[in-house]
Amino acid sequence: MADLLLLPVLLPLAGAVATAVLPWRRTVGLTVAAAQLGFAVAAVVAVLRDGPLRGSPGGWEPPLGIALRLDGLGAAVGLLAAVVVLAVLGHAVARPAAAGGPSAWPLTLVTVAGLQAVLVSGDLFTTYVALELMTVGAVGLVALGGRRALAPALRYLCVAVLGSFAFLVAVALVHARTGTLTLELAAGALPPGPALGTVLALATVGLGVKAVLAPLHAWLPDAHAAAPTTVSPLLSALVVKGSLVVLVRLWSALGGHAGLAVVLAVLGSGAVLWGGVLALRQDRLKRLVAYSTVAQVGYLVLLLPLALPALDPAAPDGARTGALLAWEGALLLLLAHGLAKAALFLAAGTLVGVAGGDRVADLAGTATRAPMVVLTFGVAGACLAGLPPSLGFTGKWRMLEGAVTSGAWWAVAVLLVGGLLTASATARVLGVALRPDPDPAAARRGVPAGARWPALTLAVLAVGTGVGSAWLVDLLLVGAVPAG
Amino acid sequence: MTTTTWLPVLVLASSLVPAVAIFLLPEDRHRTRTTLNLAGALAKVGLVVALIPPVLAGRRFEWRVPFLPEVDLVLRVEPFGLLFLGLSAFLWLLTTVYAIGYLRTDGRHRSRFFGFFSLCVVASSGIALSGNLVTFVVFYELLTLATYPLVAHQQTAAALRGARVYLTYTLGGGVALLLGAVWLTALAGPVEFARGGSPAVAALAAEQPGAARAALALLLVGLAVKAALVPLHGWLPRAMVAPAPVSALLHAVAVVKAGVFGVVLVVDELAGVEVAADLGLLGPLLVVACATILWGSVRALRQDGLKARLAYSTVAQVAYVTLGVALLSPVATVGGVVHVVHQGLMKITLFFCAGLLAQTLGATRVSELAGAGRRMPLTCAAFTVGALGMIGLPPVAGFVSKWYLGLGAVDTGQPWVLVVLVVSSLLNAAYFLPVVGRMWWGRPGSTSRSGTRARWEAPPALLVPALVTAGCSLLAAVAAGVPLAPLSMAWLIVQGG
Repeated sequence: MADLLLLPVLLPLAGAVATAVLPWRRTVGLTVAAAQLGFAVAAVVAVLRDGPLRGSPGGWEPPLGIALRLDGLGAAVGLLAAVVVLAVLGHAVARPAAAGGPSAWPLTLVTVAGLQAVLVSGDLFTTYVALELMTVGAVGLVALGGRRALAPALRYLCVAVLGSFAFLVAVALVHARTGTLTLELAAGALPPGPALGTVLALATVGLGVKAVLAPLHAWLPDAHAAAPTTVSPLLSALVVKGSLVVLVRLWSALGGHAGLAVVLAVLGSGAVLWGGVLALRQDRLKRLVAYSTVAQVGYLVLLLPLALPALDPAAPDGARTGALLAWEGALLLLLAHGLAKAALFLAAGTLVGVAGGDRVADLAGTATRAPMVVLTFGVAGACLAGLPPSLGFTGKWRMLEGAVTSGAWWAVAVLLVGGLLTASATARVLGVALRPDPDPAAARRGVPAGARWPALTLAVLAVGTGVGSAWLVDLLLVGAVPAG
Repeated sequence: MTTTTWLPVLVLASSLVPAVAIFLLPEDRHRTRTTLNLAGALAKVGLVVALIPPVLAGRRFEWRVPFLPEVDLVLRVEPFGLLFLGLSAFLWLLTTVYAIGYLRTDGRHRSRFFGFFSLCVVASSGIALSGNLVTFVVFYELLTLATYPLVAHQQTAAALRGARVYLTYTLGGGVALLLGAVWLTALAGPVEFARGGSPAVAALAAEQPGAARAALALLLVGLAVKAALVPLHGWLPRAMVAPAPVSALLHAVAVVKAGVFGVVLVVDELAGVEVAADLGLLGPLLVVACATILWGSVRALRQDGLKARLAYSTVAQVAYVTLGVALLSPVATVGGVVHVVHQGLMKITLFFCAGLLAQTLGATRVSELAGAGRRMPLTCAAFTVGALGMIGLPPVAGFVSKWYLGLGAVDTGQPWVLVVLVVSSLLNAAYFLPVVGRMWWGRPGSTSRSGTRARWEAPPALLVPALVTAGCSLLAAVAAGVPLAPLSMAWLIVQGG
């Protein structure tokens, strides 16, 4: 099974080199993306059938060699990444102006390779390297936005490097204390105490910075406002998820920390509410969507405090049940957010092109000129707000069920209010888009037919996967610590 | 006897497939769109008709898909659901014919309109078929989302404002419903609807009455928004900025009916009447229903806009269904259940006619209707039938529902409810009879714009649906005792069979 672990990392790296030097960027890029989708589906099938995939390149077993391990969460995010990247590249082919120039292709593929490496790495140092690879690609992508984007890109780079440094210190501490870097071997070896607290705190800060956890989110809206259309979905839907996956794995392997959980609960709730309010108040479309990412990351971070009892074998049964439900729900939300946010950013970028300006007020009349794009925006927004039928609803239902079962009524309130805020922001955009065209006679650019379908496909997938999500939950639980 | 089949899915597909196809259709393909619409509507009616005999014989059809581990989405054909499904399938067919005629003159964005229109029907069919609480919530919220673009359809400032108010109310109600549903599921497992109430909910009510009461109350509050119960009715009069076919569907089968259907489900099939009464939920519900009946009628008195008057009348009339459920008597429940159908038939007739009058004569206000009966006798006759039914006069369907509600009130020893019913009838007479009188005996005066067009009656595509529903409102009362009549079905639903 090593092929399914290594090939999805090596192929996009090779693709990045090829798209950088060869003239046939589109062909190479799309072929790689299609192959990635094939690998991802095969990996999901294999994980569902055989449990977590393991491997060690060159036959060097840990603790000497590098441990590779793909659990259900990794396989699911891998599938998400493959689908999103294919849609994004499809959009870039149909609307080359949206992609930010020829360098977008190799940078996208480097980011993909980095994310895939994060997903399959089973030891902490490899994870660190993979995160760096992903960050380098992502910073490059932000910088594609031109002069306006340079300052946000630089800011992102500084923040990300600081985050990586914190994570690296955490990794070093784990190695010093346990003598191993393999996550599975370190799991039992670090007893609760100040050392564990320090490791988790450093790793949480480091990864939280990369995952735009408020209040560390200031660089994000500027970066998105300046970034080309096809870059935003990659950043918001995928790069952020890479750090979150590592955070979740680390917590579930090492056992979590109660004090830190309280801090995360406060920060997560704050992000949901504050991000939601700010999104509602933006007058530029892409900043509105970007602030909604801040809010959504808040939901996902709530996973850690809510799921904490599931990591503790001594916790009472009721609390463990509730925690496990919240765990499933939050991870479903993670996937839903990936699909829906990618669709939302693609649609928003297209709408800005159709409207001729990036202010929300410029959107008047777009429902007449580009009905499909507005529909995509609406469907994706409804999914993010957790309205049924969609994967966002399924995840929210499960997370609410978990919060109610474990008596975490504060989380129930945060989830419900956050959903209403997202719904209001979406409705505000739709309300403007439905207004009559102020200048119907003006000549405007239309949307190329091919540019509508990728975003719509993502939105439809976000809705369709919500109808029967039991298999997704089964997949997410493969190899997860709380399930075992 | 329960059979697992794809039949319930086919019922949904008969409107979902046209919805998707219509979205993808270019704007100018009118003929293809009409064909798709009518084919879907006819297929749905056919499916429902085919389902009636086996369901009456006691068979149940079911389809499930695992939504989450241990939680299924369940579609099930039951008598009460089938009654609602039959109503929506039949009225959808008529409304489709009407809407095709209506939008012929004012036809922008027809793909969008008919796409969401069909999606609305998917949602209300799903509500009718839902076998457990999660499924109900999914389709109930889908209905909110699918109606929003219809309310906003005309894209004027008023339409967008009405749509925003509508969305605010319904999404707010949705939060209460979601919380209630999740809470109940967390406490009692994925509760399924069952005749006489779910055993799991009854057990929960015995163990933790406080939590059960709070969760069920949250469900009812969430449903009260769409059921337009006072004080959560504010969206309904504003949503009537929608085109006439949408208003007709909204008021007769889709949104408000989804609300009261949910109230009936929660009280009768989720909690069970006895459990709901023990938890003290029915008393407040009864008071709210009575208040809504009176307040809606009082507000209707003062409206000059015809559609606004009809909208407030809906607020009052739909509360009859809640009243029937809240009275602890099988006879009253029969009255409430049968009113779901009767009110649908009569109110859709009235809205069809209002649309006809507005389009043909340009008359949207009561004061402009003087003498309309002479120009459009058939339309006005249909309107008169609907209006008399709303007042509750025989031989129109509204009389039958009111009769059973009254019997139920006496039955439970709460004669003051009778007073509410009588006052409501008087108020209905006070706001409907002047309209009818002005139509037939008024003289076209200077305020009337009746003379602007030469045409007498509206085209058949618009007129025939109104006449058919008016005829059905009469037939439902005259032939109330016949098997398959709404009243007989209501008895069957309440008594079990």
